[in-house]
Amino acid sequence: MSLPSGTFNQSYAQDMAIIRTKAQWIILFAFLVFLFTCPLYFSDRILTILTIIGITVISVHGLNILTGYCGQISLGHAGFMAVGGYVSGILCAKLGWSFWAALPTAGLAAGIAGLIFGLPSLRIKGFYLIMATIAAHFIIIWVILQLYNVTGGADGLAVPRPEIGGFVFKSKASYFYLVMVIACLVTFLTKNIARTRAGRAFIAIRDNDLAAEVMGINLWAYKLLAFFIGCVFAGVAGSLLVHYIAFASVDQFPFMNSVWYLGMLIVGGMGSTAGAIFGAVSLKLLDELVTIAGPALAAIFPAIAAQAAASLSLIMRGLVIILFLIFEPRGLHHWWERIKAYYRLWPFSY
Amino acid sequence: MSFFIQLVVSGFALGMVYALIAIGFVIILKCSQAFNIAQGQFVMIGGYLGFTFLVTFHLPVWASILAAIAVAIVMGLLIERLTLRPLVGKPVLAIIMMTIALGAILDGLATLIWGGEYKTYHGVLPTLSLSIGGISVPSETLIGVIVAIVVVAILMIIFRYTKSGLAMMATAEDEQVVQSAGIRVTTVYALSWVIACVTGVISGILLGGVSGVMIPMSEIGLKAFAVVLLGGIDSIGGAIVAGIILGVLENVAAGYLDPLLSGGGVAHVFPFIVMIIVLIFRPHGLFGLRRIERI
Repeated sequence: MSLPSGTFNQSYAQDMAIIRTKAQWIILFAFLVFLFTCPLYFSDRILTILTIIGITVISVHGLNILTGYCGQISLGHAGFMAVGGYVSGILCAKLGWSFWAALPTAGLAAGIAGLIFGLPSLRIKGFYLIMATIAAHFIIIWVILQLYNVTGGADGLAVPRPEIGGFVFKSKASYFYLVMVIACLVTFLTKNIARTRAGRAFIAIRDNDLAAEVMGINLWAYKLLAFFIGCVFAGVAGSLLVHYIAFASVDQFPFMNSVWYLGMLIVGGMGSTAGAIFGAVSLKLLDELVTIAGPALAAIFPAIAAQAAASLSLIMRGLVIILFLIFEPRGLHHWWERIKAYYRLWPFSY
Repeated sequence: MSFFIQLVVSGFALGMVYALIAIGFVIILKCSQAFNIAQGQFVMIGGYLGFTFLVTFHLPVWASILAAIAVAIVMGLLIERLTLRPLVGKPVLAIIMMTIALGAILDGLATLIWGGEYKTYHGVLPTLSLSIGGISVPSETLIGVIVAIVVVAILMIIFRYTKSGLAMMATAEDEQVVQSAGIRVTTVYALSWVIACVTGVISGILLGGVSGVMIPMSEIGLKAFAVVLLGGIDSIGGAIVAGIILGVLENVAAGYLDPLLSGGGVAHVFPFIVMIIVLIFRPHGLFGLRRIERI
């Protein structure tokens, strides 16, 4: 990362710091203050959108570690979210666990599911791995539907809202805080995982797995580790989603969600923490735009009114992903970097 | 026993549909090294085109098929030129995401145009009947088998004896060498997408006449990937053999296992279980080439 002019790294600690200058601290602090005072300015509808965005960000961070850093493309992320959601839902609703114990257990369960379906990743990659993860999604959903006595099958499962010491996270604002705290923690964690020994090994595997193996990186261990971490985040996100809706059903985890999570990574920029956030936020906002524009379009073209919103959102998301793939494969993250570079060097051009 | 044979026969029809989808996929892979996840959507579009021409416009069957093929050619050319050409030489993920996004757009467009309803045109397609040893073979199965065999025969001839077919095979092997030999690679890519679209649309019309079309039909495309993997991703013949094997196995498994399980739905998950098993034990499939990798 380039520094503003006049700032130099003089110690190892400075070199390794994520947040280096005072201005960055101020911006970060201002952003966090704004984020955590959101319930003061916004209506419940916008808080709902923001909460869903927060849950999506957690899930996309997991996919980013798996796909963006380690290069193991997964189209089964929604399936792993379903594992987390159902495990936490069953523990809370049927066994009376506390949410705070169920949430890490859900993450762990999804991580183990990820390990199982990540096993083929040692022999196969690229297209074959995508197929294996697609298969994972459909097998997981089928198993959930089969276990009628435990999961409620197609009828779904009513799940209680989390509570702590008598305080129930019932209002939109309280759940917004819960999700945002976890999202911030996960973001911090992802940023740091990417800089550890494991994170650097992931990047080496992504860039050339044969070369990485020759350099002494244990492919088997690190690929499985990437699957585990990515799916733990997915499980946590799934658990949060299920407790937010207060109901678990397989319809909350459709296959296309896995596709959109990958799309968010592409739009945001792969292998970058900020990119995952940009992608999740922008694609979700696009959806909201379509939801608002849908009725207006339906008024203009009454013939297509019924399906307008659903099909428009499909077309718009597909189009955005295609445009980014062709014109900006590095994603929104790259724009962000360019803006920062411009700001740093202003008024000089370089 | 007759229950078993009936399952096998109807599994055959399903297997033919799988095989036709898988062939379209294999062609594009053979020529341009692109994995086309949207093949299922081509089939779905084909089904709706069949509905439009056969039912809405009341065209005779041959004219409908020709019209649908014309639309498929335009569609293939547009898709190749607008979305896939800019991605030549990009990593696998980019191309796969492109075709997935393409599939989403086609789903959305089909919903806009045809309203996302279930459409069927039973009895419009010609019927054949045959009975072997007291078991009647449904006419759809027969037509499916005939169409699949004709399509594959035409493709085999194209690939073996025509210049453009040979150019396609060569391009799959090494596009730079092909370019230096004076073959236009872009034309080859366009041709491969056109062929895949036409195959998809033909199987869509067939499927529409048999079981009707609806938007989730494109999910059959995902199940067909089990066929592609089982047959070996670069083998057209393998796609047919694997299609039949998987169609029959799926039907038999669903017929015998569904009553035992409370939730049912074995048919929905069976191809994916096969897919995982193939990927773990024999990633190059039954007839595919085993690839060796170098740094």
